[in-house]
Amino acid sequence: MQRERLRYLRLAAAVIACLAAGAAWAQAPARTKDQSAVGALPPARGDKLFPEPAARQYPVPSPPFTPGIFPCSECHKGMKPNTKRRVLTEEHTNIVLNHAQGERWCLDCHDTYDRDRLHLVNGQRIRFEESYRLCGQCHGDKYRDWKVGVHGKRTGMWNGEKQYLLCVNCHNPHDPRFKPLKPMPPPVRPGDIR
Amino acid sequence: MTRGKAVGPYGEERMPNDRDRDGHAFRMSRRKMLKGVAAVLGAMALPAKDAPASVWETFFQKNFREMSPEELKAVVARLEKEYGAKYGKQVRVGVNPPLEGVRFAYGLDLSRCIGCRRCVYACVGENNQSRNPQIQWIRVLQLNKERGVDLEDAEPYYNPARVPEPGHFYMPVQCQQCENPPCVKVCPVQATWKERDGITVVDYNWCIGCRYCMAACPYGARHFNWKKPGLPPAEMNPETHYLGNRPRPVGVVEKCTFCIQRVRNTPGRYTACVEICPVGARKFGNLLDPDSEIRYIIENKRVFILKEDLNTRPRFFYFYAT
Repeated sequence: MQRERLRYLRLAAAVIACLAAGAAWAQAPARTKDQSAVGALPPARGDKLFPEPAARQYPVPSPPFTPGIFPCSECHKGMKPNTKRRVLTEEHTNIVLNHAQGERWCLDCHDTYDRDRLHLVNGQRIRFEESYRLCGQCHGDKYRDWKVGVHGKRTGMWNGEKQYLLCVNCHNPHDPRFKPLKPMPPPVRPGDIR
Repeated sequence: MTRGKAVGPYGEERMPNDRDRDGHAFRMSRRKMLKGVAAVLGAMALPAKDAPASVWETFFQKNFREMSPEELKAVVARLEKEYGAKYGKQVRVGVNPPLEGVRFAYGLDLSRCIGCRRCVYACVGENNQSRNPQIQWIRVLQLNKERGVDLEDAEPYYNPARVPEPGHFYMPVQCQQCENPPCVKVCPVQATWKERDGITVVDYNWCIGCRYCMAACPYGARHFNWKKPGLPPAEMNPETHYLGNRPRPVGVVEKCTFCIQRVRNTPGRYTACVEICPVGARKFGNLLDPDSEIRYIIENKRVFILKEDLNTRPRFFYFYAT
């Protein structure tokens, strides 16, 4: 009888220990930023399951934000996120999506709860400086070429430090087609050279 | 010896010769006259007696490849002084030799090029080409998508408001840095040659301006200074190389050198055309480095070389990335 009670006690202690550990695990991805306005930030699915690979980092410049627009949380921190798929009528009306429109909307790439970051389809949140990983999810062939320096422009040293560009430095993510340019003047015809 | 009419073996009257004229006033033979004319003309071709020393030095300067390091140093110092005075700024004339284990090659993505000609003008600015009369080392051809790379259908003078134009693609052509360069073969004075790193260069002080190389080049990549190059001092790039972008005299041939003044350094900058291309169509690297961009392109992309049938074996690879 005595022994049986002891066994129950031990089992209870073990269960409590497990729960505590689980709770600690759930708390683990604590955000450094104060997210009190939008309530506790739900952990992104991918943050733990798919830790950031120790992949090669690419020397990219800062993303070409519209001046004064970043950090997005500046305006968004007081707002309750609205996850309903809709056409924005009050803000960001200048953004016309011409990039698989109808198949996706803002929050498929922009994170709902951390407005200063993007997220991949696996839920992992990424910084805007890593947006090439987001683009690479669909454009794998371009991503592969970009990594080795064949897609996109490289500057710097051919046998030293190279400067990469982010996808969004050349392609507007909301309307990615490269826009036509005005050509520089044609050469002078031989007959007109004096 | 009796004086009289000279009589030939058949008794005919012969033309008077020198011996016959001994007693007469000085008379000049045709041979003597021609010798004198040649001597006078030759003297006129020489620099005047009071010409500055540098003119004599230029006159007796050896071929670049035959100069000793000391001679080369003196030549560089003289050129730097000359250009400095002419353009009113500190000019550096580099003589960097080829890097070990480097063989340069170039890639150009025809699926990306939009024909904006930014490269043409970046090259002119970097390499001190004559602005007037105009010399450009890169020529961008507008081609018809339906006809493909049909050079007879190429249009270099296109000038729409916006490029690319629908139904067209663009192919910039410059020196292909051939492995088997016909221009080098025909030079009668060996003023042009291929360096170990694969760049074909010209010694502007040795070139006699015969333009055989221009006739031999199947890519139209060589250009002649018909007039004294018009290079405004404000636009002159003072970072130069002896075999590359230093200011050229009138009457010599010039060509693309893969920006020799930039690339022959450790670390070396990308060429001006690579750096300016807004679509990233231009790729440059070391063919001997398995991790270089150019090796990736050759190993993974559909690549072609221009006028392959001529066996010039260009080091300039056009490719189609998508």
